[in-house]
Amino acid sequence: MPERTIAVDYLARVEGEGALRVRIRNRRVDQVELKIFEPPRFFEAFLRGRSYLEAPDITARICGICPVAYQMSACHAMERALGMTVEGPLRDLRRLLYCGEWIESHALHIYLLHAPDFLGYPDAVRLAKDHPEAVKRGLELKKAGNHLMQVLGGREIHPVNVRVGGFYRTPSRAELLALRPGLERALTLAEETVRFASGLTFPEVEEEYEFVSLRSEHEYPMNEGEVVSNRGLRVPASRYEEAFEEVQAAHSNALQSIRRGGGSYLVGPLARYALNHDRLGPRARSAANEAGLSETVRNPYRSIVVRAVEVVFACEEALRIIDGYQPPERPYVEPPVSFHATAGAAITEAPRGMLYHWYRLSSDGLIEEAKIVAPTSQNQKRIEDDLRHLVERSLDQDDSTLTDFCERAIRNHDPCISCATHFLSLDLERT
Amino acid sequence: MSIPRRPRLAVWKFASCDGCQLSVLDLEDDLLAIAGRIEIANFREASSAVVEGPYDLSLVEGSVTTVEDVRRIKEVRAESRVLVTIGACATAGGVQALRNFADVEEFTRAVYAHPEYIRTLATSTPIADHVSVDFELRGCPISKAQLLELVSAYLGGRVPNLPNESVCLECKRRGNVCVVVARGTPCLGPVTQTGCGAICPAYQRGCYGCFGPQGSPNIPSMLRHLDYLGMPHPEVQRVFRTFNAFAPAFRAASEAVGEKGGK
Repeated sequence: MPERTIAVDYLARVEGEGALRVRIRNRRVDQVELKIFEPPRFFEAFLRGRSYLEAPDITARICGICPVAYQMSACHAMERALGMTVEGPLRDLRRLLYCGEWIESHALHIYLLHAPDFLGYPDAVRLAKDHPEAVKRGLELKKAGNHLMQVLGGREIHPVNVRVGGFYRTPSRAELLALRPGLERALTLAEETVRFASGLTFPEVEEEYEFVSLRSEHEYPMNEGEVVSNRGLRVPASRYEEAFEEVQAAHSNALQSIRRGGGSYLVGPLARYALNHDRLGPRARSAANEAGLSETVRNPYRSIVVRAVEVVFACEEALRIIDGYQPPERPYVEPPVSFHATAGAAITEAPRGMLYHWYRLSSDGLIEEAKIVAPTSQNQKRIEDDLRHLVERSLDQDDSTLTDFCERAIRNHDPCISCATHFLSLDLERT
Repeated sequence: MSIPRRPRLAVWKFASCDGCQLSVLDLEDDLLAIAGRIEIANFREASSAVVEGPYDLSLVEGSVTTVEDVRRIKEVRAESRVLVTIGACATAGGVQALRNFADVEEFTRAVYAHPEYIRTLATSTPIADHVSVDFELRGCPISKAQLLELVSAYLGGRVPNLPNESVCLECKRRGNVCVVVARGTPCLGPVTQTGCGAICPAYQRGCYGCFGPQGSPNIPSMLRHLDYLGMPHPEVQRVFRTFNAFAPAFRAASEAVGEKGGK
């Protein structure tokens, strides 16, 4: 059997620039490369010499789809370095802002990027011709998430209101209560989204994933928690680099993460859900039950349903936070006036999974070294494993069908290639 | 006789965060209406169907950072009747233009263990350095309202109404209390182009210049005022050297401060 190559030069309906190449020899998958050709932007290099206060705004520019995740990981890492704690209403407001990003980002993926695959359309605009109610629901839901970010953050892409220690300005109770009707409506739309997603047709596939996510004591994880996996891993964020390492492949401008001494792993909705479903709110849990989701979902195609369940959760969590909100006395916790050289790490749950930030600061508050590991760089190796299994199962398909299958398998994990390229490690190979 | 057809829209990506092209999809209320009036012919982030060029309207996001980009932007220009750059990366080189003030080889070594795999240019440059540009939308990110105005004006065959006055004017109209006067907070509002909605002052922080320099910025006066407010020179240099660092007026400002030395 001659050599056969499946190649996609430019992946569509993913954020950023990626390509795919699978080489098959003698009916065996010889090589799988999820190529990231998006050019590097060197964030970790030019963060050096910047003030610790600038990191949230600068790192937000790594990704226009999940800027809040970058702002949250940067703030928490700086606060850990400086020994600051942010509690009470400020902590709740951060969670509320994150709810907005989860709703926006998940609705974008479910309706505009992923659903067209299941229903056989190239995009949501063409999908809307035959299924206008579904696309309109998706756009309305997405808008609800964006609106929450606008009110709390000033704007939905690269919000301006986040700072180390809290916010520049905190909302009044009345401003948040005004969001209630819209979020009530969004909650209903999210529940309809779970029904819509669970009614799609899924290929029957199960993968053996090592799921990795945060887990915290009392809540579904966003800004806090320990790193856990379904294979017994349990470490605090400060020890992330003892458990995981990054390797650079020749075919990619992104570094790939693996478990030290192990292989690929998966972060994101499937992992969070498998490790934290007992922490979901009542509405999300009953939506999951109604959709017939088991406690662990190993079928990557069903991630669209899990994402929808997380949108239900983000809506009900936002409502819960708004109902209990009492404005804090001050919009932010004051950072220490002087400090010694220090370092700090933090992980938060971006919509696509864990986002790790680590910084070393000089005693005058300037960043000396930075390390950022984005969710997609953690998932890249695992996506390649999914592709390998998929192609092995589907060797009898013609090239065009197989190519289509591969693109769908990649979109299951909502990769954000812009992020993955910019996870710029300062792990120097010193010679 | 030609059959009337909808104009064709293409959205292109160069080095960027994808936020500005996301703004197209963020036009939630108007997205389907726009798609009824204009054919979304080439928009990889949103569709796997690509209609061949030429295109009537091209929106270009991102800056030029590779040899391949230099070639590709010329192709894009050749097949676009109207080319509009969207966002600070495309209009000024973006935050990645900070490399223009540094040694890129050292940057690459700092970030990647195997720098020989990475191919990149020493500079990040705006699209207009390489091809002619018909219009630009400023901002990091662009404003959805300005994007909608641009597309509506295009469809209506008129010039878009995109003011190049300073953030201060918009800030006054919004009724914000001036953060400089009331709180002594350094603010780039006087030299920054409007369009964002003066959101930073509305959220009680100073403008950080994400829409780049306004039409006729008085940089020397701005620098004197930041000095008067007690902003240390390294901080002044950094605030101009962020998302629009390579825009000529902001670049001149950061270089002027650099010459003065630290304080």
